[in-house]
Parts: sequence; structure tokens; C-alpha cells
Amino acid sequence: MKRKPHRRVAVVGAGLSLFMRRALETGKELSYYAASQALESAGVKRKDVEAVVMATAPDAFDGVHMKGDWLLDGAGGVRKPYMRAYVGGGSGVFSIISGWTLVASGLFDLVLVVGEEKMSSCQPHPQGAFLTIFDQIIERPLGPNLLWIFSLEQHRYMSTYGIRNEDIALVSVKNKRNALDHPAAQVSAALTVKDVLASEVVAWPVHRLMVSPISDGAAAIVLASEAVARRLTDKPVWVQGVGWSLDTSYWGNRDLAYPRYVETAARMAYEMAGVTEPGKQIHVAEPYDPFAYKELHHLEGLQLAGKGKAPEDLAQGRFERTGPLPVCPSGGLMGVGNPIAAAGVMKLCELFWQLRGEAGARQIPGQPERGVAQAWGDLMQIGTVAVLGIH
Amino acid sequence: MAHGVDARTWYGTMPVQFRYTPGTAGLRFFETLKKKGTLAATRCAECGKTYLPPRVYCENCFADLGDSWIEVEPRGRIHTFTLVHLDREGRRLRQPEIAAYVRIDGTDGGLVTRLLTVRPEDVRIDLPVEGVLLPPRLRTGALDDIRGFAPVGSGGPARRGRAR
Amino acid sequence: MKGKPAARRPPARRRASTGIRRIDAPPRLPMRGHGLSDVEFQQTVPTVWWEPKLEYGWDAGEAIGRFLAGLKAGKIYGVRCRTCGRTVTPPRAFCELDFKPMDEWVELPDTGTVNTFSVCYITWDMKPLRRPQIPAVIEIDGTTPRVGFLHLLGGVSGSTVEAVRKQVQVGTPVRAVWRPLREREGAITDILYFAPLKAKGRRA
Repeated sequence: MKRKPHRRVAVVGAGLSLFMRRALETGKELSYYAASQALESAGVKRKDVEAVVMATAPDAFDGVHMKGDWLLDGAGGVRKPYMRAYVGGGSGVFSIISGWTLVASGLFDLVLVVGEEKMSSCQPHPQGAFLTIFDQIIERPLGPNLLWIFSLEQHRYMSTYGIRNEDIALVSVKNKRNALDHPAAQVSAALTVKDVLASEVVAWPVHRLMVSPISDGAAAIVLASEAVARRLTDKPVWVQGVGWSLDTSYWGNRDLAYPRYVETAARMAYEMAGVTEPGKQIHVAEPYDPFAYKELHHLEGLQLAGKGKAPEDLAQGRFERTGPLPVCPSGGLMGVGNPIAAAGVMKLCELFWQLRGEAGARQIPGQPERGVAQAWGDLMQIGTVAVLGIH
Repeated sequence: MAHGVDARTWYGTMPVQFRYTPGTAGLRFFETLKKKGTLAATRCAECGKTYLPPRVYCENCFADLGDSWIEVEPRGRIHTFTLVHLDREGRRLRQPEIAAYVRIDGTDGGLVTRLLTVRPEDVRIDLPVEGVLLPPRLRTGALDDIRGFAPVGSGGPARRGRAR
Repeated sequence: MKGKPAARRPPARRRASTGIRRIDAPPRLPMRGHGLSDVEFQQTVPTVWWEPKLEYGWDAGEAIGRFLAGLKAGKIYGVRCRTCGRTVTPPRAFCELDFKPMDEWVELPDTGTVNTFSVCYITWDMKPLRRPQIPAVIEIDGTTPRVGFLHLLGGVSGSTVEAVRKQVQVGTPVRAVWRPLREREGAITDILYFAPLKAKGRRA
């Protein structure tokens, strides 16, 4: 399908709240922290904002019906055009896709994109809401645990390619260590592979230290058209490409060893960005890592590693901050935390700072010029991808 | 397509309960209510809007209101009211309740509440009312520390008082 | 203590002629939030507790309705798409790829292979299980490869991962173990679990 020409869109600001296990703050207050910081970092005021995108996942986590609309005053959206981005865990990157369409289409010049989640509200455990992912008639009567979807997928991935749990545990080690340098991090730690595998088996092959936490938090970015971006900053970070794709919701019918929906989304984004050799032209990657194995799974879908090859690339140091292709220099969900929709926006913030040389202690060397952020979720079948770059 | 199959309904629930935190603004609101029997509000210096219930941000200016607290008495005027005859399950109440939205004096906001010690026929919009609070020792720092609102000077005095 | 918002220093700014302020310095703005301990959250901070009543009645639809009736009779039904040729179970009314009705019904054997499995030691609300559950994706014989569905494995002795993995691997053939006829209700649980077959089709 030939893509129509569109206006260029840049990220000009970013902000985050802390990511916490249970925040005193309401979701509105968390949204305010992130949104106000993003606006301040962009040098604009709420009155300059022309539209707001609110990425927030199930209402049932915060326990507020229509929570996107409810959060809106904290997200700067009062009396403004507003769009909710809601594709489960994919929301965090679907946020920038939605915001991008609003600016690229010529409709607006300055759009605030906010991601929020307050999972601690859901008692006794957010799984009570998450369980509705399982079909109510042919799956829920089996008494499932949400972890099954991931452990079943991880096992198929391991079995298909002969990957060991030790290889996967390295993701937890790398990301939790990277997060030690992230000011918002909830679960940063200095761990070894042995520590990860010594943690209890929750659903084999998944160990507890391979699972991202329940989190409260918010993140935000500011998008601008080219003319506005150039007035605001010397270092706009351009949204070079976006892509998204949903696979069948019959998850047992998917190839669990390979996220084809991520590949489809990535190809769409790469084509738009003019990326023909992702392995060479992507300098930093923030794939979605709610479980340790998913980072590897997604890297393969993103065409940044061969099928079944991501674990050995990881073991060889390819994905370290100082390596040829830094992956999750932020610390990812495994290290910073996983407030579902905000986590993906956190990854966008990270790319923004990395590409501008503003990531502080987390800065990857070598002046990266282009990065990719990716999120996943919904009924575990969406891939959302954004390619950001300085040109 | 399959024919002659009985319609089949499958029943289930979503096993969720919620614990809502008050937020940084709400925490101060409830602590003030409990200890002093007054209502904490926030005021935006830029646009002058005074928030009750309080918020730590101005929804207009997006200014940070974390240091802009004031206190007001639980007094105001009836902005609107209604007579409620059914409970949430649709069952008839023994006595109808008067639900009202009371605009609190000195703020741009108000509270949804019940009207006490007044007959429905004596209620009118703009009627001045004051809060009827639980005695200090019974307050828990929750919204029901306010039992309701009653016409100013009516039989039930506003029990404010300070917690010992 | 993380969470105490520090005093906010505004970053260095220059005024541009348009009146929009340009930011040159990196955003050294503190990230805010007050984390609560479990005790604070559950007890000492004033919170509001609410238990909504969320009860649902879902229509099974024609395809699943007939599938469930089949389970009650001890049969596993599937459907085939005349366009792409996929045979799937549990059945669906239309092929989501070709957007055509799937109306060729087939009766499938109650045997299959394990596409993947897990050994789970906790409940959905994170309480420990003494005996693990063994969820699996089962590909029923006669369906298109990689068309699997969720169910449980059973007839496996021992509770450790090692013990389970000795008896089950990816690719192990399995057979359904059914509830006694009088206990079946037309539900996915009319199949108690799938048990591994030894060679020559004998139950493990």
C-alpha cells in the first residue's frame, strides 16, 4: 500500500512520575506530575496544547469507569480535543501513534501525550481484572492464572530454539542493573543469573525475578509539527515511522515462538522511516519487556536479531549500554516498573533523552541517531512500534 | 450453521475490589476535616479558581497548587437538590432522602451531600446550609465525618470542635 | 527517601522572539511520587474500599453452544473453512481470515499433542499451590497444525518441575480424560484434563 505524504512530527518534551508499587497519589495527580514535567521541558504551557492523547489501559485496574475521561483534568485536557489510546499493554506506544496522526494529518500543531496506570487500586490483585483476557466460557472455567500465557509462550520459545532459562535470566540482570541509573525506577537491583534462577518458580519456566512488577505511575511526551518544533528546540526528535498490527485473538492459534504481529508492525514503521537494514540503522532499542523472555522475543520480531538468536546476542554483550545495539538502556519494565500504559511512554521518554544526549548516567555512547520503541499487549496480540530519530 | 441447539448462557463474575487512595490533596482534606472540622481547599494564584474538593493542580493554568492551601468553614448554599425515593437496588426507601449539591462559600466547588433536619417542602435552591459533623472523637478522616448539611441555625448545631 | 519531592529548580531558558521559551538545558526536573508501604496502604492512610458487583451472563453463541453440547456427549467437534482449509477447535462461526462462514462440522478424536505446557505453583491471587497446575496448549489430532487451545494436563505423578518434565515434553501425545457422563454439564471442564500417552497409545 503506497503511503500518503504527511507532515513531519517531532517529540519536543518528556516527563515522568516515579514508578511505585502503591502511590499515595491518585491517577490524576500522577498524570499531572508527568504532563506538567513534559510541558515544562518543552517550554510550553497548557494553553499552547491543542489536543491531548491519554493512554491508559483497563478501567478495572484503577477502578474508575471511563477512566481516560476521568484522568483528563490531571492530564491537561480540560476543554480540549481528546483521544484515548487503549490497546492494553500496547497503549504506551499506541499513544505516540495516535498523537502522531493528529499532528501529521495537519489537524494540530502541538499535542500532549500522557500515559497513566494505577494498578494498586485493584484488590486483592490486578489479576482479578487481567483474568478476563481468558475466554469466559472455554478458558476461565479451567481456573487459569495470567502467568500461564507467558510461561506457555516462554516454554514454546525455549523448546523451539533450544534456549535455556540461564540465557533468559540475563535480561533480568541487565535491565534491573540499567535501572539503577533511572531516577523513577521501582525495582532496580544488582543481580546475578544465579539470583534470578534462585527466585521461586511461579509458573515454570518463569521465575519470580523474571516478572515485571505491579506499578503506579505516569509518563508524558509533547509532539509538535515541524514549524513549531524548530521554534521550541534545537534538538527535535523526529517520529520517523509508526506501525501497528494485531494478530488473532485466538492466542492458541498463534506461533507462540515468534511474535509475527511485532514483525508486521515493525515493517510498517521501518518502511515509513526508510529503514532497510534495522540491525545497522537502529542504534538503540526499547522493546517491551514485561517478562524477561519477551525482550528477546520482541527483538527477533523487530528484526534486530535472528529467530532464536537473541539470547546468544545478549550473552555476547551485544545489547549492553556499551554494546553495538543497546537494548532497554532505561532498565525497561523489568527495572523501572510496569504501570501498563505508562511503561511504553517511559520507553519513548528514554529514546527522546538518549537521542538528545540527555540521558545522564544512562547515556549510551556514540551519539545514537535512531531508535525504536515497541510495546505489546491487548489480548497478547498487538505490536505497536515507533521509530524515532534526529534527522 | 448449527440448528436445534439450545441457547446457552454462561455466568461469571469479574473478581475485583478496589482500595482508592485519597491522593496528596485528598489526604490533607481528610486530615483537616478530622482534626479541625474545616474544609481544606486549594487556590490558584494565576486564575483565582478555588478548588473544593482540593486539587494539587489547576485544571486551567496547570499551575502547581501544592503550596496554595486555604481552609473554609463547612458552610454554603444549596446549588441543586433532589428527593430520592429508591435505593441503589431499586427498593423503596422508608423515608425519602434529600440529596443536594452544596456550593461551599469561599470556593468554586462544593460537595454532594444529604440534607438533614429539614422537610423537603422547606428546601429551596440558594438556601444557606452548614455542615453537621460527627463529634471529633468519632471522626475517622472520611467523607462520612460529615453527616450531612442542615439549614443554618436549624435544630441540629454544626458540631465542629477540635479533636483533643 | 525516594518520593519526597525535592525543591524544583527551573532549567535555564532563553526567550525566543516568538514568545515561546526555548529550553537548552537537559530536563533535570525531579520525578515525583509518594510511595506507600503495604501497611500504610491497607491501614493507616485514609482510603475508600469498594466492592462492585460485576456479574455477567454471556451467550455462548451457536458455534460454542454446539461445541459444549458435544463435550457433554463425550465428543470434540471442530469446524473447517472451505476457503483456506483450516480445521479448528474449539469451533467458530466464521473464518476470521477469509471472513466466510465455517460450516463444515467434523467430529475429532480426543487425542492430540502438547504444543507447550507450564508448571504453575500459584493461584491467580498469588497464593501458593501445594500441587501444581499444568496448563498446556493442546493441538487436537485432525486440526491444522498450530491450531491449539488451552487446557490442563493431568495423570502426571510428582509435584516437582523435574518430575513433570520427565513425563511430558513439547510434542508428547495426550488423550482426554473425561468426567463421568452424569457429571458432565456441557462445559470445557467436561474434559478433566489431557493425560500423556505412552508409546502404542496406552495411558501413562
